[in-house]
Amino acid sequence: MNPVRKRRLIIISLIVAAVGIAATLTVFALQQNMTYLYSPSEVEAGKAPLTSAFRLGGVVKEGSVHRVSGTLQTDFVVTDRFHDMRVEYTGILPDLFREGQSVITTGHMRGGEFAASEVLAKHDETYMPREVADAIAKAKAAGRTHDP
Amino acid sequence: MIPELGQLALILALLLSALQCALPIFGAWRNAKPLMATARSLVVGQFVFVALAFGILTYAFMVQDFSVAYVAQNSNLELPWWYRFSAVWGAHEGSLLLWVLILDVWTLAVAAFGGKLPEKFYARVLGVLGFIAFGFLLFSLATSNPFTRLIPAPMDGVDLNPVLQDPGLIMHPPVLYMGYVGFSVAFAFAIAALLGGELQSSWVRWSRPWTNVAWGFLSAGIVAGSWWAYSELGWGGWWFWDPVENASFMPWLVGTALIHAQAVTDKRGGLRAWTLLLAIFAFSLSLLGTFLVRSGVLTSVHSFAADPKRGVFILGFLAVVVGGSLLLYAGRARYVAGGKPFALASRETLILIGNLMLSVSAATVLLGTLYPLLGEALNIGRISVGPPYFGFLFMLLMTPLVLAMPFAPLSRWGKADAVIWRRALQRIVMLALIAGIIAFALSVHRWMGLLGVTASTYVIAGTAFYAIKRWKEAPRGRRYPLEMLGMLFGHFGVGVFIAGAILTRTLSIEQDVALSPGQVVHVGNYDFRFDGVGERHGPNWLAQQGTVEVSKNGALVTVLHPQKRTYPRGQVQTEASIHPGVFGDLYVSLGDPLGPSTGAAGSSGAWAVRVYDKPFVRWIWAGGLLMMLGGFCAAADKRFRLRRSEEAQAHDPAGIPVSVIQPVQQQA
Repeated sequence: MNPVRKRRLIIISLIVAAVGIAATLTVFALQQNMTYLYSPSEVEAGKAPLTSAFRLGGVVKEGSVHRVSGTLQTDFVVTDRFHDMRVEYTGILPDLFREGQSVITTGHMRGGEFAASEVLAKHDETYMPREVADAIAKAKAAGRTHDP
Repeated sequence: MIPELGQLALILALLLSALQCALPIFGAWRNAKPLMATARSLVVGQFVFVALAFGILTYAFMVQDFSVAYVAQNSNLELPWWYRFSAVWGAHEGSLLLWVLILDVWTLAVAAFGGKLPEKFYARVLGVLGFIAFGFLLFSLATSNPFTRLIPAPMDGVDLNPVLQDPGLIMHPPVLYMGYVGFSVAFAFAIAALLGGELQSSWVRWSRPWTNVAWGFLSAGIVAGSWWAYSELGWGGWWFWDPVENASFMPWLVGTALIHAQAVTDKRGGLRAWTLLLAIFAFSLSLLGTFLVRSGVLTSVHSFAADPKRGVFILGFLAVVVGGSLLLYAGRARYVAGGKPFALASRETLILIGNLMLSVSAATVLLGTLYPLLGEALNIGRISVGPPYFGFLFMLLMTPLVLAMPFAPLSRWGKADAVIWRRALQRIVMLALIAGIIAFALSVHRWMGLLGVTASTYVIAGTAFYAIKRWKEAPRGRRYPLEMLGMLFGHFGVGVFIAGAILTRTLSIEQDVALSPGQVVHVGNYDFRFDGVGERHGPNWLAQQGTVEVSKNGALVTVLHPQKRTYPRGQVQTEASIHPGVFGDLYVSLGDPLGPSTGAAGSSGAWAVRVYDKPFVRWIWAGGLLMMLGGFCAAADKRFRLRRSEEAQAHDPAGIPVSVIQPVQQQA
């Protein structure tokens, strides 16, 4: 084989090997780390996984935030205005966490409640994450068909 | 009246940019010298009008002209002047104007220093840059005009988003944009070469300092952003694999590949087509970055409010730029491709391995970032891809790169030289293992931390091995040309960064605790005593300021004052208080008041407090800054300038024509 061909062969096989390995690992890593977002209505309807982690999005219901005095345990209700879901969280809430504001929490179901490991609110307080807006719109649409 | 002048200046700049694109490229096609000669004056004209518009917007902020909607949205009477200045680029409209202004600065520099390039090539480069300016100016005028009036004018403005009221943010966008936009020069070179159907290695050499400078700025911009997230978001994290961060990281990865590929093309004439493709992708990813940050299609920790119309425009522009340049590439690449064979164990191969790993990781980051959009388009559901995806793949892909890194400088162009490899490998591995053992003795007991120390030492020792070899072998005064010094800085930077990133991750101690005044929490080797919260006034905020005394074995180390600021419109912003140190930071930030405590002191006022001990965190940014320094240093090399002075000689009164950009001289 002449040097040019040999070099090409080596380069091409390197590329193929790298792409192959990367593709396999990428699919694996994606499967491991994908989390879906559900609204409280979807959780109610049993669409969310029972054991594994998912994200719950909605609005923090007015008057629902409770803090166990002197500790970091908090619970509050996330609502899409059709169904509610009680969320438990231990830790520091973000600055923009406010009643009546949208929020995305990550965690899993424990009993009938959602145990959150992370709570995110948005930088811009006039802004509702599109995902949450969609979830609420969807719940609205579903709500109309359920109870007209 | 004055804002209307700004508007007018923008419209004139748009017209000039259209001409700057059309006339020189048409002229180069038709071989019409007068048309090509217009490029220079059009560049200057366009710059003047964009600078004027930018100046007028700045003026509107300085005099608090709330009849301009953008000013009213992003400033108010209490905002101090330096934040009013940075508010010019604090939101979408103004940051876009900054983008164009920086593009014009780069274009102006190319026009000024590139006069000795062949006439047609020069005209095409400026024409392509004109096209980019045209796209962005049109975008600005059509969807996001900074001069739109708000009548009747409000008495007071809304405010600059408090997260942006931070010294880090005065610097972050301009520096980052210098990097993003700087890749437009390499891009314009690639497109001009493809349009003309020929590529001289000397043109690539000439474009190298530009790419290096852009890459240096991008590194600095990412460092500034990471530092801002660390100190301002109040979580003590420095990287979240968030879409907006990924947006700046992807061009960086491809840009890193590009500066290495350009070196191969410059010195060996090889990898030409690959270099062009990387130049196209580096800039396309910069555009994509702008799109991701500004369109709001992705939900991000940093999401700023957005308007879908803008997204559609940028997406269209992106399609034209990326699609057009890839089509051009597909049609023309074979005319410019070429190179010489190289042995398997040569420097080219090692650089190619690095290039592959960098491009593949840019692709995986792209996939992970866009996957939520893909999922939505395919109606799979609303998906988010967690940080472990990125972390896992990135570590995996960077391993071969890190392993290969010390050997690339030690290898020879084109030929294999296994002897030097063996000698180097023995010493480097030995040093790395010794460092690992020392770290273990110093109580780094997690395998990840040990791996970090070993890998970091491997890179630093490997780079030092080359530096020492060079010191011994090269003649005095010629030991470290700036280009090589830049490489050394860059590679040392990678080593320092690895140590910082992995040690911070494994050794950090983070505790969120509820503290009443007088209570002590023990974190790491330190005692943090919470002394309660008082009030403090700033220029435009009122803060709850905590006092935390930190001591080690009873000796006072520092007193920290974390704040919880409230801004005029009721926005709340956490200001962490940080005790910096070379070997670690102590980091305290306030959460919420927790109501009356049941504590023994009987005092009210328990607070949620984050208390972090973050060893080696500064090494992360130090590594990034070393890389930046490397980029700037390499760009200053005489090798790139020498050419110009030679050309200047050729341009002498003697009247030798300037055809003279010679083919590459080959270096062994």
